[in-house]
Amino acid sequence: MTIDPRSRFGAPEDAMVFARGVRKSFGPLEVLKGVDIVVPTGTVACIIGPSGSGKSTFLRCINHLEKLTGGILLVDGEFVGYELRQDKLYELKDVDLCKQRAEIGMLFQNFNLFSHMTVLGNIVEAPMRVRRTPAAEARQDAVRLLERVGLVDKINSYPRELSGGQQQRVAIARAMAMKPKVLLFDEPTSALDPELVGEVLQVMRDLAQTGMTMVVVTHEIGFAREVGDQLLFMDEGVVVERGDPREMIANPKSPRTAEFLSRVL
Amino acid sequence: MDTSRHPDANSSAAPAADDLIVVPRRQYGIWIGTAVTLLVAFFIVQAFVQNPAFAWDTAGRYLFHPQIMRGLGNTLILTVIIMALAIVVGTIVAIMRVSRSPILRAFASAYVWFFRGVPALIQLIFWFNLALLVREFSLTLPFVGTVFSIRTNDFMTPFFSAVVALALCEAGYMAEIIRAGIKSVPPGQSEAASALGMPYRMILKRIVLPQAMRFVVPPTGNEAINLLKMTSLVTFIAVDDLFYSAQAIYARTFETIPLLIVVAFWYLTVVSIMSVGQYMLESHFGRSDGTGFSVGRILRNAIGLRGATS
Repeated sequence: MTIDPRSRFGAPEDAMVFARGVRKSFGPLEVLKGVDIVVPTGTVACIIGPSGSGKSTFLRCINHLEKLTGGILLVDGEFVGYELRQDKLYELKDVDLCKQRAEIGMLFQNFNLFSHMTVLGNIVEAPMRVRRTPAAEARQDAVRLLERVGLVDKINSYPRELSGGQQQRVAIARAMAMKPKVLLFDEPTSALDPELVGEVLQVMRDLAQTGMTMVVVTHEIGFAREVGDQLLFMDEGVVVERGDPREMIANPKSPRTAEFLSRVL
Repeated sequence: MDTSRHPDANSSAAPAADDLIVVPRRQYGIWIGTAVTLLVAFFIVQAFVQNPAFAWDTAGRYLFHPQIMRGLGNTLILTVIIMALAIVVGTIVAIMRVSRSPILRAFASAYVWFFRGVPALIQLIFWFNLALLVREFSLTLPFVGTVFSIRTNDFMTPFFSAVVALALCEAGYMAEIIRAGIKSVPPGQSEAASALGMPYRMILKRIVLPQAMRFVVPPTGNEAINLLKMTSLVTFIAVDDLFYSAQAIYARTFETIPLLIVVAFWYLTVVSIMSVGQYMLESHFGRSDGTGFSVGRILRNAIGLRGATS
């Protein structure tokens, strides 16, 4: 009996990421107080908000780096980290959770490239070890991806020899090498020098154009306006306002959104 | 002052920068220190050369004595076996110490506490006398009877006790070193690996431990050198290592000092070789720093993808 949980929990059929009432506490501190979000397949959702608003935590819940305290979170119709059987959520075994995570790419503020491996090593590591892709094929994929992010000439460099922008582009290639269904970006340009932000955003823009589903936590309002299909403003663990990015940035309805936008724009 | 880059800024009355004479600072303290050190060194060398009790020629005769050679061999074998075991056990204990289970963590802490706390010599003699505590080891299965039984004294030979005792003791130190290495790897590294779908064991093996190596290798080299010297304790339980062999000879011939010189010579030689090995290992594991050399990398750069990209 395999009913898509999407229909059961009232999610649209094309929802790649669906969250309803997601809550997360660290001890007594409640960071997420019921977050709802629907990201249709092939669209880009941007999340903005002041620091401490819970947007990064929410992103980390999507691939189960953080365990939810409550609520429903589906990626491509599946619970992440759990299996639904007879109205009970059974925690998945490590192997099965890993299979799910392999389908969800994630980019970090600090890139987190494996510092003891070359660029090539970084990209082929997971495809070869997790997906058992043959070395030659993994390498071909890596070269193709590096061409896309414009860094083939750095294939044998170590991360410390690259600029922050180049590292983040390699990280994007590394995530793409797993052919994920969705990419999560956790403030991908926040640790970059201003002149390096553009090259990373350009790669992200190209990805969005190829129809990649993306959830982007960012401070780049310009990027959100231009590339985002929807914009969500989070504050104190809830989504305060959501809507079309252009409209929301031009005429925010909530005073908190307006105040935040006036500070970052 | 470097004014050569701005010749126009220099007024014509001042001499050109190249004409200025630099007078070095007088470092009287260093001069005095050097003189005193040279003097002391001279007296030491003189004492070594002139004192007939050192009997350098006797030492020279015993340098390659078969009994000394066998002792040296045993010392090296002991060091290698013990270090290898200590690294394996130490890694396991270190992984237990960073585990999510509080029981495993507590057990590992207790291990380190005990084996680092009790002097190695006492552990050594304890294992040697294990028979006083446990008479025999046997495996008895229901319906089958005793499948296997061995008297403790039959396998707890001096050599075996030495290996067990010093390996367990050394593992306590190695566990701490490896744990510190694991902690030194930024958590973002394992997070990124998790996000790529790598399971915990793979993350440890492929991401965390290799990066921990860079921090683990230098103190491990020190440990290996310490261990080499620590194996001389096995003399107490009559394992014929380097020191024991020398003792055996001078107990007979009373040529104590020359034989101690032979022993010191061989320990110094091995320690020197080990230091070179340690340097090479450090270079190997430091290669992503850009500080070390790596044959593989040079080859990759030479024949690698350069052709494909240009």
